[in-house]
Amino acid sequence: MAENLPLLSVLIWLPIFGGLAVLALDALKPGGEGARADRWLALVVSVVVFLVSLPLWMQFERGTDAMQFVERLPWIERFNVEYYLGVDGLSMPLVLLTTFITPLIVLAGWQVIKERPAQYFAAFLILEGLMIGVFSALDGLLFYVFWEAMLVPMFLIIGIWGGKRRVYATVKFFLYTFLGSVFMLVSLIYMYAQSGSYAILDFHQLPLGMTEQTLIFFALLAAFAVKVPMWPVHTWLPDAHVEAPTGGSVILAAIMLKMGGYGFVRFSLPITPDASMALDWLMIGLSLIAVVYIGFVALVQRDMKKLIAYSSIAHMGFVTLGFFVVFAIFANNPDGDGAMLGVQGGMVQMISHGLVSGAMFLCVGVLYDRMHSREIADYGGVVNSMPRFAAFMVLFAMANAGLPGTSGFVGEFFVILASFQANFWYAFLAGTTLVLGAAYTLWMIKRVVFGEVANEQVARLTDINAREFSLLAILAFMVLLIGVWPAPLVEVMEASISGLLDHIAQSKLVTP
Amino acid sequence: MSVTELNLGLALPEIVLLCATCVVLLVDVFIKDHQRVITYVLSLAALLVTALAVALQPLGGREYAFFGSYVMDPAGRVLKLFALAGMALVFVYSRSYLHQQRLLGGDYYLLALFAMLGILVMVSASSLLTMYLGLELLALSSYALVAFRRDSASGAESAMKYFVLGAIASGSLLYGVSMIYGATGSIELAGIAEAVLAGEVLMLPMAVGLSFLLVGIAFKFGAVPFHMWLPDVYQGAPTSVTLFLGSVAKIGSFALVLRVLIEGLGDLYESWAAMVLILAVLSMAIGNIVAIAQANLKRMLAYSTISHVGFILVGILAGTASGVQGAMYYALVYMVMALGAFGMIILLSREGFEAENLDDFKGLNARSPWFAFIMLLIMFSMAGIPPFVGFYAKVAVFGAAIEAGYTWLAVLGVLFSVVGAYYYLRVVWYMYFEAPTGEVRPMPSPDLRFIVSANGLAVLGLGILPGPLLSLVANVIPG
Repeated sequence: MAENLPLLSVLIWLPIFGGLAVLALDALKPGGEGARADRWLALVVSVVVFLVSLPLWMQFERGTDAMQFVERLPWIERFNVEYYLGVDGLSMPLVLLTTFITPLIVLAGWQVIKERPAQYFAAFLILEGLMIGVFSALDGLLFYVFWEAMLVPMFLIIGIWGGKRRVYATVKFFLYTFLGSVFMLVSLIYMYAQSGSYAILDFHQLPLGMTEQTLIFFALLAAFAVKVPMWPVHTWLPDAHVEAPTGGSVILAAIMLKMGGYGFVRFSLPITPDASMALDWLMIGLSLIAVVYIGFVALVQRDMKKLIAYSSIAHMGFVTLGFFVVFAIFANNPDGDGAMLGVQGGMVQMISHGLVSGAMFLCVGVLYDRMHSREIADYGGVVNSMPRFAAFMVLFAMANAGLPGTSGFVGEFFVILASFQANFWYAFLAGTTLVLGAAYTLWMIKRVVFGEVANEQVARLTDINAREFSLLAILAFMVLLIGVWPAPLVEVMEASISGLLDHIAQSKLVTP
Repeated sequence: MSVTELNLGLALPEIVLLCATCVVLLVDVFIKDHQRVITYVLSLAALLVTALAVALQPLGGREYAFFGSYVMDPAGRVLKLFALAGMALVFVYSRSYLHQQRLLGGDYYLLALFAMLGILVMVSASSLLTMYLGLELLALSSYALVAFRRDSASGAESAMKYFVLGAIASGSLLYGVSMIYGATGSIELAGIAEAVLAGEVLMLPMAVGLSFLLVGIAFKFGAVPFHMWLPDVYQGAPTSVTLFLGSVAKIGSFALVLRVLIEGLGDLYESWAAMVLILAVLSMAIGNIVAIAQANLKRMLAYSTISHVGFILVGILAGTASGVQGAMYYALVYMVMALGAFGMIILLSREGFEAENLDDFKGLNARSPWFAFIMLLIMFSMAGIPPFVGFYAKVAVFGAAIEAGYTWLAVLGVLFSVVGAYYYLRVVWYMYFEAPTGEVRPMPSPDLRFIVSANGLAVLGLGILPGPLLSLVANVIPG
């Protein structure tokens, strides 16, 4: 293992400084010439970051749940805060997802962004560094710093390059997530006051009484549920998605939502296992509401982006369902056979949803760039003028509906299997997604892609160019790869998940 | 009694500043308006010499002078150095503003130097009378500074309000001081603390005195419900004066709380904690909520100051060493942020025009991306978003509150900071999401440009590496 190179630090700071370099380049050479250089610089930086992140996958040691690629330096001595980074099987795939998606976003904005392109690309690069920081921080306060700092570029991305109601959407997004997060901050400080350390792994070992656990659980829930988002705190998401530029929607759906899910497995489950066990009914209930009710809501949407936004909420319901159904499984059989499947399913679902929802938003972006409309009613028969695009969009729609052979199937299937171990009705309700997901996605496809050519504009549409083709092709490849061969991904997570399950099976209650 | 017992050398910084100010005063009389830059340079030099005197002072822990009425300790040194540095920044910011607004008299610098002297005395006060002396020197200079623009009706009005209300507050403070003297038989803070510890206190006069004292302190600090003067004064005063009142003067107010409440009356914690709690909660609530309704940036920042005072008081309320450290860190950091925010208003102002309305910041990103970015740093820092320095200040005070068992107060505090985030965000959204209203690009002078940039980047730099300042504060306030 290349211990000498601080790989995670490079992954965090390279895009941040890259973003600053893009801004500096723009300041030196304003105008058209500079704009082209900005784009290339941003692309080069994001691709280099992706390449640098590959050793994480190659050199990752399977079969241990210990943190790897650890970097640990004192940062704020007064509060015993450390610059403490490391990844395990839960976070490493998410880091890779981030580095994988970012170059695609840069490409997606290539010709589309006319207004202040340098700031646009810089914002995404800085955001990438901060997101990698969130996934690799092992110090609670450091995690919080990255977690909140992320809001700043995202606030600007939606606000500057968004649609008509962008200010409303972005302020709502910011305040919603900020409100959720501050509760997490209080609970982090509380645990620091108890343990004298901000290290997350120390928090895992910290014994806590039931009342404390419950309060901490709800404080963390406030932060993560907003981010996932779970019903009923999901209302910021459709607004943010609809108003955000394509790149913003992609990053929001593909990566930011995953932070909520990641938060549950990194914080809530291991820090408050007893409260999670006691409140699993609540979490399972909210997840099932997200799956079923939001599925119905998605069905009636007229705006494509809104529809995909709601489908994201429903799909993320599977993630939280998979994580919390394990407690019900423990209650049924003490060996907890199905528990592994539940968490695995949730994790695979996060990766898969990252790819699929990102791809869906890119597809809508492709259409929007041409027609400047997201209304389903404005389209129809797109396949006639854009056959290649239609093929991709149908593929991603199938993946969104969870068709076997695509990545969307794996996670949902695991979670439904696990739910059977817990309770037939959980599985039954979760299973409705196969019907609902197919219904809302395919119905949208029918109305947009197939049928008669709706109007003159659709007839005049030009098919995707090489740039768009390569974007969608890369994503399609990944979606199919994980769909037919998920084993490597599952294998990477396995040791960390079983470590997590062993940990949460044990009560942390202080014996009086 | 002899001169050596006076320990005069300890007060060298104040003596140096007083002498230097007198020199500036004399020189200023003999120069013409177009030569005022001499006054400016001399004033900066006065601050520099004083800062050197503070920094080079040999100090072995806590030392007293003037028979216990004057104290110098490491915490005092840090506060003085920050205040002096802040004042130097105020002068740099003010120079081009005064020039633009045709406020050419040298009296601005002189009054500000006297106010500075008042702050230094307050920081070193170890008897209630010394404290009052410093406070009045600061207050009287401030009244005059607010009315400094002689032809401005709003300036005169706010100076009048400030003076009348300030006089009432001073009266209340003095009344409290007399009561406490009666109750403990001592005017020195150390003596008061001793009397309290020994239990040789007449409780009724003490309680009355403490209440009046707190009213005075709350007024000077600008804590709700004694905050009424603050928005009017901030708005009505020339921006260069608001800059001073909103930043450096707060160090003096913090010193007042530190010396009187913590060091002098620390053992009466149970008696004043409830009162401070009310001040803290109301300040956080009123400050953050009312700021939302403001269209004038100076007025908005005034309410924001009130809310930050609330956060500082949360640290004081914790009553522990880490609480006081948190409060002191907050006060220092707030000074840096406030300097930057008011500095931006000055930067965008031009001849005959003050960029004091929120609308004046519309589309700043299109006109001047760099300064929009600087303002963005400052606004997010004030909102308490990491990785900017304001965040760590909040962590420090709320951490102390949680350790002291005030978890509910911390929860309330973070909720109010979410409310507060809205109006800071609005500034950012005006700058970045709105179309510019005018074509005018800001054309600041190079020194202003440099200082505003440095100030903004300091907010970011102190946020990325907050360790040293936090450790410094922790070292000077012993646990």
